[in-house]
Amino acid sequence: MKPGNLTQSFDCVIVGGGHGGSQTAAALRQCGFTGSIALIGAEPEIPYDRPSLSKDYLAGKKTFDRMHLRPQDFWGARDVELLLGRHVSRVDPTARTVMTDRGEHFSYGQLVWAAGGDPRKLTCPGSDLTGVFYIRSKADCDALLDVLPDAQRIVIIGGGYVGLEAAAVFREIGKDVTLVEALDRVLARVAGEPISRFYENEHRARGVDIRLNSGVTSLEETNGRVSSVALASGEAIAADIVVVGIGIIPSDGPLKAAGAEGPNGVDVDAFCRTSLPDIYCVGDCARLQYGPGIRIESVQNATDQATTAAKAICGEFKPYDAMPWFWSNQYDLKMQTVGLNYGFDSVVTRGDPASRSFSVIYLKNGAVLALDCINSPRDYVQGRKLVDSAARIDPAALADTSRQLKEIDLVTS
Amino acid sequence: MATISVRTRDGELHSFDGRIGASLMENIRNAGFDELLAMCGGCLSCATCHVYVEQLPTSANLPVSSIDETELLEGSDHRQENSRLSCQLPFDETLSGIVIGIAPED
Ligand SMILES: Cc1cc2nc3c(=O)[nH]c(=O)nc-3n(C[C@H](O)[C@H](O)[C@H](O)COP(=O)(O)OP(=O)(O)OC[C@H]3O[C@@H](n4cnc5c(N)ncnc54)[C@H](O)[C@@H]3O)c2cc1C
Ligand code: FES
Repeated sequence: MKPGNLTQSFDCVIVGGGHGGSQTAAALRQCGFTGSIALIGAEPEIPYDRPSLSKDYLAGKKTFDRMHLRPQDFWGARDVELLLGRHVSRVDPTARTVMTDRGEHFSYGQLVWAAGGDPRKLTCPGSDLTGVFYIRSKADCDALLDVLPDAQRIVIIGGGYVGLEAAAVFREIGKDVTLVEALDRVLARVAGEPISRFYENEHRARGVDIRLNSGVTSLEETNGRVSSVALASGEAIAADIVVVGIGIIPSDGPLKAAGAEGPNGVDVDAFCRTSLPDIYCVGDCARLQYGPGIRIESVQNATDQATTAAKAICGEFKPYDAMPWFWSNQYDLKMQTVGLNYGFDSVVTRGDPASRSFSVIYLKNGAVLALDCINSPRDYVQGRKLVDSAARIDPAALADTSRQLKEIDLVTS
Repeated sequence: MATISVRTRDGELHSFDGRIGASLMENIRNAGFDELLAMCGGCLSCATCHVYVEQLPTSANLPVSSIDETELLEGSDHRQENSRLSCQLPFDETLSGIVIGIAPED
């Protein structure tokens, strides 16, 4: 690179202005980092709360100005240079520079990659038709909101949290909703069967037509716009718009091209360091050394990893060991999840799903791994302690709702 | 002007004009206090917006805690009598002069 190309140099460059990136910048200042900081983000907006997109923002219940993670002047006051509307397309770990799609070069002392993920795209014929939407960014959501008033029949492809939350919003505003899921239950990758069945029942009771075991073969058009979704069964479902929620692909391309290791996301150690010198990775695209190596897609994970990386940059090496948690809001149902159920070998249902307040507890070798709590913040709060201590409790006792989780005796063996 | 005073974890008290209609959490966040994580964005799921109501203007009333708020607060090791989740407290003129302390991190 010619030295003349160098636009600016920063002690810390953060790529990605979402939950992870913004928290990295804030946490760096909180732990006394005095060097210069740049936050480079592809989106034009200042960092905002992403989970609201598929919930209150989509429902029109929350305006965007209430979703800023920090106010605009916070960044100036913390001396964080916001470089928005720029996509980092190349990382050079030897020259210690990043390059943006505008051709700018920024050199860094430390680099934190917090680029999140891009929605996994539908690939079948017709998937690029007008009328097909994703929900990942404000821009995605605004594009969808623009056409929503004129769309009555909505097909959602994918029964994950984002698809289910969108289904709930669409039903609440009176749309006809069909949700198509390739697997034999919704939330199959993240939750146990009782949770899947519960949500299927709730959505069906509110009029969502849920199609399980249904692969999408193509999207059909009328006058250049999507008009129906063709299923492998041969059936076609009429659609004014299609909303796709089939997961994300970690946005790690430039970092991988620079030599960072990791098969699905970027491998990080307990301090969120990648295999490249002075390059950290946090949030949705960081792959933790947990089990076979997993990425956790949650605000908690992005925020706490960001804090871990910021501390490490400031010389305080505290391994990442935050307790994972997550929430999802659908209709009047609040789900709170704590722990990771990865590798569970049994589940206990605590309470009656029909009462719409119950919990599912995941165990491995008799120890509590995780809980999914529906309309049951008490179980969530008390369950955290059980997850924290990997408590071993007789399953019959766990299922006994006449006793609170905190009152249940541990199995001493 | 409706003012809010916030005591940060280092004990310092800061006062600023609050925005009517926004929650206390939003007000504290908008005023730039980065100690208050408010991770769930105000939807009563996380308890990271835990505050102490140190002083309430005379004749002002706060909405009573919902069961969910109470349960979430119960999970905090730093719960006190005057603990609240600030995302559950709308700010209005009657609360001008309120003094809020940011609870320690759990
Ligand atoms: C609709 C929706 C609902 C959700 N609901 C919940 C929920 O209820 N609870 C929960 O815990 N989590 C939820 N999540 C997940 C949560 O939002 C993510 O886990 C979290 O945002 C991850 O933070 P991050 O910083 O890794 O990535 P993001 O917040 O996605 O931020 C990444 C940023 O980097 C930018 N970027 C990407 N590539 C580049 C590049 N090369 N150069 C510059 N910038 C780049 C992106 O444009 C983006 O702004 C939801 C996600 C979505 C999409
Ligand atoms: S911000 Fe999460 S409970 Fe208040």
